[in-house]
Amino acid sequence: MATATTTAPATSATGATTKPTTFAAALNTAMSDAMENDRSVCVFGEDVGTLGGVFRITDGLTQRFGANRCFDTPLAESGIAGMAMGMAINGMRPVIEMQFDAFAYPALEQIFSHIAKTANRSRGRVRLPMVIRIPYGGGVGGVEHHCDSSEAYYAHTPGLKIYTPATVSDAYLMLREAIDSPDPVVFFEPKKLYWTKEAVDLSDLRTRYESAAQDESAPAAGVGAEGRAVVVREGTDVSLISYGPSVSTALKAAEAAAEDGISAEVLDLRSIVPFDDAALEATVTKTGRAVVIAEAQGFVSVAAEIVARIQERSFHSLSSPVKRVTGFDIPYPSPKLEEHHLPSVDRILDALDELQWED
Amino acid sequence: MTSETREGTPIQGSHIKETSSSFGITPEQYMLPAAQQIRMLGPDGQLIPQEAQGTSPGHEYPIPEDDALLAAYEALVVGRRVNDQNYALVRQGRLAVYPSSHGQEACQVGAALALGTGDWMFPTYRDTVATITRGVDPLEVMVSFRGDWHCGYDPLDYKISAMSTPLTTQLLHAVGVAHAAKLRGEDTVVLAMCGDGATSEGDFHEALNFAAVFEVPVVFFVQNNGYAISVPLSAQTAAPSLAHKAIGYGMAGEQVDGNDMVAVLATLRRAVDLARENSMPLLLEAITYRMQAHTNADDDSRYRETAEVEQWKQRDPLLRMRTFLTERGVLDAEAETRISGKAEEVAAALRLAMTTEPEMDPLEIFDHVYAAPTAQLREQRAKLADELERSQEG
Repeated sequence: MATATTTAPATSATGATTKPTTFAAALNTAMSDAMENDRSVCVFGEDVGTLGGVFRITDGLTQRFGANRCFDTPLAESGIAGMAMGMAINGMRPVIEMQFDAFAYPALEQIFSHIAKTANRSRGRVRLPMVIRIPYGGGVGGVEHHCDSSEAYYAHTPGLKIYTPATVSDAYLMLREAIDSPDPVVFFEPKKLYWTKEAVDLSDLRTRYESAAQDESAPAAGVGAEGRAVVVREGTDVSLISYGPSVSTALKAAEAAAEDGISAEVLDLRSIVPFDDAALEATVTKTGRAVVIAEAQGFVSVAAEIVARIQERSFHSLSSPVKRVTGFDIPYPSPKLEEHHLPSVDRILDALDELQWED
Repeated sequence: MTSETREGTPIQGSHIKETSSSFGITPEQYMLPAAQQIRMLGPDGQLIPQEAQGTSPGHEYPIPEDDALLAAYEALVVGRRVNDQNYALVRQGRLAVYPSSHGQEACQVGAALALGTGDWMFPTYRDTVATITRGVDPLEVMVSFRGDWHCGYDPLDYKISAMSTPLTTQLLHAVGVAHAAKLRGEDTVVLAMCGDGATSEGDFHEALNFAAVFEVPVVFFVQNNGYAISVPLSAQTAAPSLAHKAIGYGMAGEQVDGNDMVAVLATLRRAVDLARENSMPLLLEAITYRMQAHTNADDDSRYRETAEVEQWKQRDPLLRMRTFLTERGVLDAEAETRISGKAEEVAAALRLAMTTEPEMDPLEIFDHVYAAPTAQLREQRAKLADELERSQEG
């Protein structure tokens, strides 16, 4: 087993007895477990202390661990990211919160010019084990500057790992792994999933994660440089490739397609960097068709990269040109119009119709 | 809460500084720079009488001991030699670029010598002399300017971050290093260096504000050499001085003659001590001058008069210190010979090293991006390895 998270099940071993757990609670528990295990883990950002974060993801951490371990900062994102980097240089594992996707942009110079490059600049002598948590994406009726899908900016920058969980158990496991990573991780949390619930036993996940992390025969958790995509629904006719907030849409589309007699496989990328070429090749080779689904505008996007990689690596397995269903190339629309922008089940089904189905 | 009276409402603030009371002055008197620049040596190298040094209550600085002054002089001579050697190496095409600090060596030397071994320094690209004075082999610093790799020394070994090319971004890292140390109960002081132009950047504000709010021991040291490449300070700020910016953050600011080695060392030492003892930040502005162009790619005749440069030659930090220490009886002919001999040795080693073409492994460009290379980087590495192999065969 390469990492602790590669075989995450949707439900725990104790199955039926598990309580519905929110995505938010899974993230909160991941941070609190990491803080419990390692005194160098600290959490900071805007409103994360007393308030517990505007989405309450850090709820209770200050009360439990004290204001030296989870604290509010002045309202300055570059300051938060830059200070976190300095703390990481000096032995800490900071987990910082950017309040919203578009509010992280003042921190981009710190992230691109320093956090991403420091290990390389110093020939590997200075590692920055830090996590930048970013609530992202739309579908929550948010106003301007609160709904961006900004993952491509970061994914384009070598030196950063980009994780984005789509399930409650991944929210826990992947955040634990991000905190343990020796590399800086930008952790994209689909904000529309914060209050979704799954029957997940967090203490069971904790045990599994921590025993895997202690397994000396396996690489330490978070070191993993491999992609960790998983097939979340098996199919034979077409592959729906998605990540983060679009995975649930892809699954619904697959269900609808099944009624039309189309067997769609759904791949959840889970990490954009490292990218899982092997899983992508495997599913496209199996089905021969692919539709890539993402909320972000499609032009020069992660979705564009995925299509390019399929073309380069799996061209001869294809029975049809690859399609994309993404957001339009517009600034994120106002709340009453966002439904027209976001990839929908219908739009995915239309894309399936447009694929070449006859040889 | 403040009480309102007929006389008006006192100004409200969130942090009240206690340090001022130990000097018997108000927080405002303490935080504002002394009315005069702190200067202990005149341009002629003569010691200025205490009452004329620009000091006022709370802003008095003792003269460092002779041993420390002699060590500073030695570092000045070596630093000047390294600056001039590197300048020559650029002209010979041996170095890709070198931002010289000729004229600013007193600031550079003071920065390194004011710190303890457990302290940290965050230099800019112009702070080579500070870096070597703190103990980094000049060859390791030059790795970057020769174009071999971005940083040639181990930042953790020397507690010196990689020299920062982006402006003031490193001040925030300095705040983070100090914050981490404070959370662990360590009394590490961090010296965060930048130039005058950099004070216009947003991160300058964020770093000073964070340092003050979190009460961490960071000494912000601004070398004000008058120009940001070509743009003079008057086009950067309308503040009475850069040192005045401190009070806006609730910290103390001071301005020092940056070409006066004695005053630079005295003010930096006290700043480091205050920061350590009180776990608080300070801002020190040193007035200095870059005697050479920004880099070899710059033509400074387009933005400043030769007469101005000539005028600054009269305040050369090295000559002032030599006069002072000679007349004080600290520097004799024997010491002078020893020191210049050492400077020549350093320069000769630099010349030799820079005429040798280093062995570079092109494949190393993939090695440090992540702790372990991704599948994509492994593929790209194999591709380059194949190219290299074929080019050797061809």
